[in-house]
Amino acid sequence: MNLVDPLSVYALWLRDVKRFLRAPSRIIGSIAMPLLFLVFLGFGFSGAAIPGLPEGVDYLQYLVPGMVGFTMLFGASFAGMSILSDQDVGFLKEILVAPVSRTSIVLGRIAGGSTTALVQAGLILVLSIPLGFEVDSLLSLPLAVVFLVLIAVTFVGFGVALASQFSDSEGFGLVVQFVIFPLFFLSGAIYPVGSLPEPVQLLALANPLTYGVDGLRAVLVGTSSYPVAVDLGALVLSSVVMVGIGTYLFERVEAV
Amino acid sequence: MVAIQVDGLTKTFGDTTAVDGLSFRVEDGELFGLLGPNGAGKSTLINVLVTLLRPTSGSATVDGHDVVAETGAVRNSIGIVFQEPALDEELTGAENLHFHARLYGMDRADRERRVDEIFDLVGLSAERDDRVGTYSGGMKRRLEIGRGLLHEPSVLFLDEPTVGLDARTRRDTWEYIQRMNEEAGVSIVLTTHYIEEAEQLCDRVAVVDDGDIAAVDTPDALKESLGGDVVSLDVEGSTADFRRRLDDCEWITDYASSDAGVRVTVERGDARVADLVRLADDAGVAIRSVDIHRPNLETVFLSLTGATMAERESESADEAGTASDRRGAESDRAGERAHLAATEDDA
Repeated sequence: MNLVDPLSVYALWLRDVKRFLRAPSRIIGSIAMPLLFLVFLGFGFSGAAIPGLPEGVDYLQYLVPGMVGFTMLFGASFAGMSILSDQDVGFLKEILVAPVSRTSIVLGRIAGGSTTALVQAGLILVLSIPLGFEVDSLLSLPLAVVFLVLIAVTFVGFGVALASQFSDSEGFGLVVQFVIFPLFFLSGAIYPVGSLPEPVQLLALANPLTYGVDGLRAVLVGTSSYPVAVDLGALVLSSVVMVGIGTYLFERVEAV
Repeated sequence: MVAIQVDGLTKTFGDTTAVDGLSFRVEDGELFGLLGPNGAGKSTLINVLVTLLRPTSGSATVDGHDVVAETGAVRNSIGIVFQEPALDEELTGAENLHFHARLYGMDRADRERRVDEIFDLVGLSAERDDRVGTYSGGMKRRLEIGRGLLHEPSVLFLDEPTVGLDARTRRDTWEYIQRMNEEAGVSIVLTTHYIEEAEQLCDRVAVVDDGDIAAVDTPDALKESLGGDVVSLDVEGSTADFRRRLDDCEWITDYASSDAGVRVTVERGDARVADLVRLADDAGVAIRSVDIHRPNLETVFLSLTGATMAERESESADEAGTASDRRGAESDRAGERAHLAATEDDA
């Protein structure tokens, strides 16, 4: 068994993409919440004096990169955890008994999960334009895609790591409430992290999504708290670490 | 050539021993059955042989490859159909097979050819582009058996292949399994707790009880080892004189008496009933009823283990209820409800 088997990674990717495209309800479900946040927060707080908001930046402009990041966080984490639903229906055994390394399986999962999360985030970005969002420069879009991919890889890896700690999908709800939402609120997606108490700000600094959202803001809106290079470096680091942790933990999952 | 060689294999979960130092071998091309009640350790054994679980001690080879040291080679040479369905219901039948073929590294031409062949073989060509979610239980089973053969393995494992299927679909599935064995020439190892399945389908049967193998032989040889049919006589009055007369009869293999009556083991029970009735009459014993039992693998199990399969199952279910870490038994028991439903169908 090769450590990385491209054909198997492709098979797993293709399966995720087919399943995603085949369930319109899943696509709508996955972008409904970020879209609602975007519409209601965007219009509700438009013109409000939000402390720490960069000079001359409209709240909607500030919010859109945050919601795109949130969509990535949500989509990617769930894609990672879909290992659990495979386990529920017995399909995981079919994968695990094949002559394929666990690393290839995790990479396939990441490839598939990242793709579907990217589509969701792309939809949010496109839908934000009729709401009034203006992309700073079209030239910066490729860099935005780089940020999106790094966010996706980080959080699919994170989802795989989480999934390895559960034996069935009943933990989903807990994860959403106690992990995903805290990560979201601590990322500066809807307000500048600077308004949070100091100790909590430290937590935000350890949150990969903080750099993801900040980087997206830098390339899409042209304003950011940290230099783009710092955001990029932090995300590359978090991707590598999360994929490493995800693979390590998944290696130890017992098949039966 | 030996398909499977198992030596002193043991698998424990915490304090529970699911597989207890068992040994056996399966010859190339054989259709080999592991017969035992739920909770006997059959699924655990299979999971060790397909490299999903590591043995606690002992060794096993599949197609000449060690299940611990050469997991990749073992996985390449086996196919498996799990007890619970393991299909992606949102994909079509063909997509499920192509997914499988890619995981097994088959190139495009090979893949197309084999997928077509398999659909022919299992008779699902017309439904190949339908979503698996729309398939019936029997169709899903056939697709899974076909998928197990897709990459041309030398050994195919079937874990309780007909649990949850109705009586007719079960018979059809047996036919498929037999055809796969004959046409594809693949060695097949199946686990079952259905007596009939083991008797009709298997070249040789291993009787599994409590994590160990009680006997291995052809179904016929196992039944013959019991020494013939069992004639049960429900009698009234003292049987002392009757039993003395039975002792003198050379044509009787064995007998046992209890409050319920006398059970006589005898070859050609149907031909000896009249003789037995005469003996009882001579001894002044009144007969209320007579019953002839042809030996089947159930009676073989009873005589080997001292309990019926149903008794063993309720024992292991009780144990599983008190012990929290009985994973092997639990996965075995998952099919139990389905089994109950299926046996009702049979009645």
